Amino acid sequence: MSVGAAMSSQPVFVETSNPNIAVIANRQRIQDIFFHRVTQGFSLLVLAALMGIIISLFINAWPTFQKFGFNFIWRVEWDIINEEFGAAIAIVGTLASAGIALLIAVPLAFGIALFLTETCPVWLRRPLGIAVELLAAVPSIIYGMFGLFVFAPLFADYFQVPVQNLLGSLPLVGFLFGGSTNGFGILAAGIVLAFMVLPFVAAVMRDVFEIVPPILRESAYGLGCTTWEVVRRVVLPYTQKGVIGGIMLGLGRALGETMAVTFVIGNANRMPTSLFSPGTSIASVLANEFGEAADFHLSTLFALGFLLFVITFIVLSAAKILMLRAEKAKGF
Amino acid sequence: MKTRRTLLKALAVASFVTFAMGSAMAADITGAGATFPFPIYAKWAEAYKKVTGIGLNYQSIGSSGGLRQIRAKTVAFGASDAPVKGEDLDKDGMVQFPAIIGGTVPVVNLDGFKPGELRVTGPVLAEMFLGKIVKWNDPKLAALNPGKTLPDQNVTIVHRADGSGTTFNWTDYLTAVSKDWADTVGKGAAVKWPAASSIGGKGNEGVAANVNRVKGALGYVEYAYVKKNGMNFLQLQNADGKYVSPDDKAFAAAAAGADWFSVPGMGISMVNAKGAESWPVSTASFILMYKNPADKAQSAEVLKFFDWAFKSGKGLAAELDYVPLPDALTAQIRSKVWTQIAK
Amino acid sequence: MEFNQQRYKRRQRSNAIGLTLSMGAMVLGLFVLIWILSVLFAKGFSALDWNMFTQSTPAPGTEGGGLANAIVGSLMMVGFSVLVSTPIGVFAGLYLAEYGDESKTAELTRFVTDIMLSAPSIVLGLFVYAIAVATVGNFSGWAGSLALSLIAVPVVVRTTENMLRLVPGSLREAAFALGAPRWKVATLVTLRAARSGVMTGLLLAVARISGETAPLLFTALNNQFFSTNMGAPMSNLPVVIFQFAMSPYDNWIRLAWGGALIITLSVLALNVIARVFFREKSAV
Repeated sequence: MSVGAAMSSQPVFVETSNPNIAVIANRQRIQDIFFHRVTQGFSLLVLAALMGIIISLFINAWPTFQKFGFNFIWRVEWDIINEEFGAAIAIVGTLASAGIALLIAVPLAFGIALFLTETCPVWLRRPLGIAVELLAAVPSIIYGMFGLFVFAPLFADYFQVPVQNLLGSLPLVGFLFGGSTNGFGILAAGIVLAFMVLPFVAAVMRDVFEIVPPILRESAYGLGCTTWEVVRRVVLPYTQKGVIGGIMLGLGRALGETMAVTFVIGNANRMPTSLFSPGTSIASVLANEFGEAADFHLSTLFALGFLLFVITFIVLSAAKILMLRAEKAKGF
Repeated sequence: MKTRRTLLKALAVASFVTFAMGSAMAADITGAGATFPFPIYAKWAEAYKKVTGIGLNYQSIGSSGGLRQIRAKTVAFGASDAPVKGEDLDKDGMVQFPAIIGGTVPVVNLDGFKPGELRVTGPVLAEMFLGKIVKWNDPKLAALNPGKTLPDQNVTIVHRADGSGTTFNWTDYLTAVSKDWADTVGKGAAVKWPAASSIGGKGNEGVAANVNRVKGALGYVEYAYVKKNGMNFLQLQNADGKYVSPDDKAFAAAAAGADWFSVPGMGISMVNAKGAESWPVSTASFILMYKNPADKAQSAEVLKFFDWAFKSGKGLAAELDYVPLPDALTAQIRSKVWTQIAK
Repeated sequence: MEFNQQRYKRRQRSNAIGLTLSMGAMVLGLFVLIWILSVLFAKGFSALDWNMFTQSTPAPGTEGGGLANAIVGSLMMVGFSVLVSTPIGVFAGLYLAEYGDESKTAELTRFVTDIMLSAPSIVLGLFVYAIAVATVGNFSGWAGSLALSLIAVPVVVRTTENMLRLVPGSLREAAFALGAPRWKVATLVTLRAARSGVMTGLLLAVARISGETAPLLFTALNNQFFSTNMGAPMSNLPVVIFQFAMSPYDNWIRLAWGGALIITLSVLALNVIARVFFREKSAV
């Protein structure tokens, strides 16, 4: 690349007795400049799209922010008729379901990545790895349908009812398992979301684990470390930033997910009081209410969308910075 | 290499033609709104297309959605079960007329009971929706159903997650029969459902589907959905004190005494109507159109469609247990309302 | 050699526990995902028949029917998206690869692209509604395509840039040494060398947008009938599946599973083709 840079960043005066070459060289210089500007233009188009999104969301959301101010984020209220809105219910639902999803998916993804990089027999590594990547490509509506038709009834009968009977009356944690046992709710949505995020996070973690230079691992094995110790004390610290980056990418996905969540979260605009309560997430509210919202209600939905975008933007930026640092850290 | 080039060229031409042709084809008439009448509108649309070749693309997105779309002028007509007030109609320059009559029915998911076997009164129903009665074997319910063993099941209320005319009519009824409900919740297209154990569904379809899935669920859906899916419904006590089961005769009885032009925009309420046979939650579903539409041709097509539906769609309506409008009423609609729409 | 037997045993034990847990995680994870896929295949295949590809979506309560209009609508919207996002994505990717090391714009674009890769697609749908539906006054297939393009472009940009960077520097330097201008090196040499990788990126982008539902909810809406008019609401598979799955009608639910299977098979097929394609070419 540096060769090219030298070629076009300075004006080149071709000194030659042959006038044709000068003409060709100058024409090529103009073509190069044109090429530079055109491709730069397309690149700026992408930037412009992002700016456009943020600006357009904010402009449409402005009436809501004007009316409620920053309090909008903490208000627990969703009254369409009286136009009293607050983002807290949707934000809590979004964060809770995404949090549960990661709580379940990250250890499982870690286990899968570990297996794929350390203990798996070599002949099995490629097929299993490809299987995980393919599963990460399955559209999320499939997980939503699975959650609605297969998972929710089983969840109600074999998890919610027994757990509520068992733990519902315990003093401190009992309230977590109260509420209705209809197979829907925050926990159900979190679990379905975990299914969706799992292959993605596993694939990212596996990629990150594979970056570790073999010499580091081999040295540790040479010193007599067990596999587990190699992973815990060599691979993980080395890939720390990449792993956290991967987790945050998964979090970004989980926060923004619509389909996998809307099917089973219960769609109740109420602050959830237990894991089994129905709730709603920002994406679900948008999916359910956008079709009919008018005027102020519409601006509120845009406000929610803006908040969601800001939250995911922050999470994804943090992930990106961490991953960049992880790449730079490989001094080897 | 050459074959691949020609193949790509052929593909490019084919796609260009498809896009160009598609955009030049005659547009269908578009409408959007209530899920309450969606089954009958869809049936009418199917039959109408066979007869005339013109398709009616009706998007069942809820009454509030229909209102929004017609106000945004993205569709040729909006459909809403929650009638728009006369002054709002004038402000927007729209007219409103009923297209069909049906009834909203309480549905349940309880094993061991036949549809219509259990009965409930308005006030008790309101208490269930308020979240005051939480179990099916509550003494109040048992008192209304002597001789039947109600299960020890939690009641899960299933309501609409989207803005709905069905909700409007249902809450209109609950407001009429329960002072508690009127004071705490009120009526509207989207209310704050107070019951702690409640879930939301999208459209009448979503509520029906959720009721089918959750044991012990109690919801409210338009009768066509109930009949089609063989759902378990409750008998309701009407204003005359009789317990009735829903069907088109009960809805027609409720509509019999209606004075349609007493309210500007024909937006009358038929809840808790008098009459021994009346179903207490009967409703009309309304159509909204502009007096001065931007696309007069589309508007005229819409009127032709409803004209056909009023004349020839009665049999289809009866099949689904909707009540078609009587000829006297449709004649008045033609002469008093449709004449206001610019051709 | 003396070593602490106790400590050794403890280390062995934690190793065994850790590895067993990890194997357990793998088994559990695979089990769940295989379960989901097998449910999809079982219910989907039983719904597949010739009607699905020839008849349009049925009215509620009507028997039979198919998904023809939804399939065609999806194909058209995805096709148009590819037409739009390919030049934008490839050119932006070219810019990032060629001038990426010397320009702040490029760094910023790369950052932004990565953000948009994982941005919530429903928010993108909101944006497109605001600029392409509310302004024009009606839902349309064009708006749906635009929303899909917003999702596809970052994928194409990223893969194009990565593939271009993989081209060995010696190839480019040889071209420069022969006196080629920069733009020719970028397009006729580097891009051509990386073209199978770029195709892979396009296929992956198509796979990604085929399954997207949320952005189409408020842009293309849906259409009960068969239509190829992109200027009006357009039927598409994901929204139809969403609508049908949440309904109480058995034949609608059956069609939803069938549609879900069609989407999944297409996405998986595209991914597999992309891999095989890329592997073959890069082996040269």
